[in-house]
Amino acid sequence: MPQDLAETVAASADQVASRLAAASYVVDEGLATAIFLAIRLGKPLLLEGTPGVGKTEAAKAVAEVLGRRLVRLQCYEGIDAAHALYEWNYQRQLLAIRQAGEHEIDIYDDRFLIARPLLQVLLAPHDSVLLVDEIDRSDHEFEALLLEFLSDFQISIPERGTLSAAAGPIVVLTSNRTRELADALRRRCVYHWIAYPDAAREAAIIMLRAGDVAQETARAVAHAVRAIRARPLAKPPGIAEAIEWANAATILEKGGSPWPEAFRRAIGVLIKDEEDMACLAPELARIVGESLA
Amino acid sequence: MRQPAHPPLPRAAAPFLSFGRVLRRYGFAVAPEQTQSFMAAVTLLGPRSMQDILEAALATLAPPPERRDAFLALFRSHFHGDPAALLVAANAEDDVRVKDDGDARERQAATLQERTGGALASAAEQLAVRDFAADGESAALLSIRRALATSLPVRRTFRSVRTRSRGQFDVRRSLRGIVQADGDVPRPLLRRRLSVPRKLLLLIDVSGSMKLQTTDYLTTAHAVVQSAAKAEVFAFGTRLTRITPSLRIRARGQALAHAADQVEDWDGGTRFGPTLLAFLAVPRFAAFACGAAIVILSDALERGDHAAMEMAIRRLSARAFRLSLCTPLAGDPRFRPETAALRAIVPMLDDLVDGSSIARLTDFILSLGRPAAAADAIWRRA
Repeated sequence: MPQDLAETVAASADQVASRLAAASYVVDEGLATAIFLAIRLGKPLLLEGTPGVGKTEAAKAVAEVLGRRLVRLQCYEGIDAAHALYEWNYQRQLLAIRQAGEHEIDIYDDRFLIARPLLQVLLAPHDSVLLVDEIDRSDHEFEALLLEFLSDFQISIPERGTLSAAAGPIVVLTSNRTRELADALRRRCVYHWIAYPDAAREAAIIMLRAGDVAQETARAVAHAVRAIRARPLAKPPGIAEAIEWANAATILEKGGSPWPEAFRRAIGVLIKDEEDMACLAPELARIVGESLA
Repeated sequence: MRQPAHPPLPRAAAPFLSFGRVLRRYGFAVAPEQTQSFMAAVTLLGPRSMQDILEAALATLAPPPERRDAFLALFRSHFHGDPAALLVAANAEDDVRVKDDGDARERQAATLQERTGGALASAAEQLAVRDFAADGESAALLSIRRALATSLPVRRTFRSVRTRSRGQFDVRRSLRGIVQADGDVPRPLLRRRLSVPRKLLLLIDVSGSMKLQTTDYLTTAHAVVQSAAKAEVFAFGTRLTRITPSLRIRARGQALAHAADQVEDWDGGTRFGPTLLAFLAVPRFAAFACGAAIVILSDALERGDHAAMEMAIRRLSARAFRLSLCTPLAGDPRFRPETAALRAIVPMLDDLVDGSSIARLTDFILSLGRPAAAADAIWRRA
């Protein structure tokens, strides 16, 4: 039973960490504790962090270890109830009315209801993990709607009455922190700020995620990326970029470029801003050299 | 004798309960509900060590990341009894270049105002009113209060509202009407996208060379924050300070005093380029600059190399809806943008205007919604 799986996974914070590691997602103690608490306290988990630290991946990994389907709601400015909750399929309703002619027909049947992510989760709370992605992109109106949903886990459909979840589903919210979220929302959640991992952990992540990258390469990439993030860049590279860089450099090296050269030539997958590139160019050789040493 | 409904909490729970109070005293927003889940979390975790308690606190009490150090210091002082940590908590921001207390100051100020009660509060209000009548600039400030909300540049939101005229078909709602009317076609319904004022960002130079103007600029900024829905104000010199929360306090004297306390680099040197780059390096601030009207109040006199300044202005102008530089130097009719730094940045500016007095500045801010020729074209002619 899925519910039992949640209980075995969330037996302790260490258990959560080892299960996630098995699903190739490396967590630090803080994040493991936060996930553990969110599951056990039945509260939504709010993950904040700069772009590219693996917030969305965390939600995917949680869904995977719990053996549940991930229902993703991507936020944007102007997202509203019709995109997040439910909608009627009006075209089908009209067709049905025409087809029925003189007969009686229930046009508010399940057939005509389009379940949007929040309703999908509500209907199957034990089989799904809800991911509300980049909530900082939505506006205050939607934040209020979400707050209402997260506090009661129910949705009112005028034609059908109120639907409520049998149990609180597992919810993960992510934010890039481009604006402050409402205090009421933060208060209701278990919170974790995902920082960039330290070099050893980042090397472990690269080893897990990249195709076939040597241990030394992963370590060198982790060190170099760490040094690069310390510079005042417009777009500091995330973990995904670091993995790509390790992959790209390995491919170039197999193609015949010697090591420092391969890193330098693959830099385009790491730094994607022309000014940042100009700012880094004079130091790049030194950074790569030091990391390889 | 009435019995309490719940058995009393065990004695060991007291420090967890009081930690919430300590945090509130230092300006963290902690709800009773959060204290409750903190204690539930500690119970769930064991707790096997102090590390468990700390992790439970971080997860449930949710300190904002920029105040994390202060939070950790308070935690150390409360649970480890380390009194030195308290000092760290008070001065946590000291050696950071970007200073942002979040809304902590505002909250503190609000409670202060409440505590002072009727007599004092109304005195402060009277003072503010008197200021307006006495000041020479009162007319200009009043015009900001009255007109700013309607004279900022606007943008269309992605959210639409129902309307009776001038709009596009609201297919969804019209269809719903048709279904409800059993296939009859009633009047089509309309929907229109809203227009909202754009964000306004003021960056105020508080270095020594701007000494004469900073009070005027802060006064104007206060009026702006009071009347615009989305405005942010930063002071910069050798470091960058977010002063919006201070300026949200209504009484002007109190607000300016608060802001003055916040800024630590009054009348020092300027590091125009590096501070603005530091501003852009904080994702939250950089996101605010997107699509905003940005007004920089500075003489743009950068000592030494201006490469950083040029880069900062280029990045700001790529984000801004309109990027303007108000310099007090332009009050002089003989002023020409001829320093190397100004020559480099003028092509990237939308406006380069006179900011030598409150009146000129307010006139300009109120004209932001109207189109104007690019700064480059104007000054090349001059």
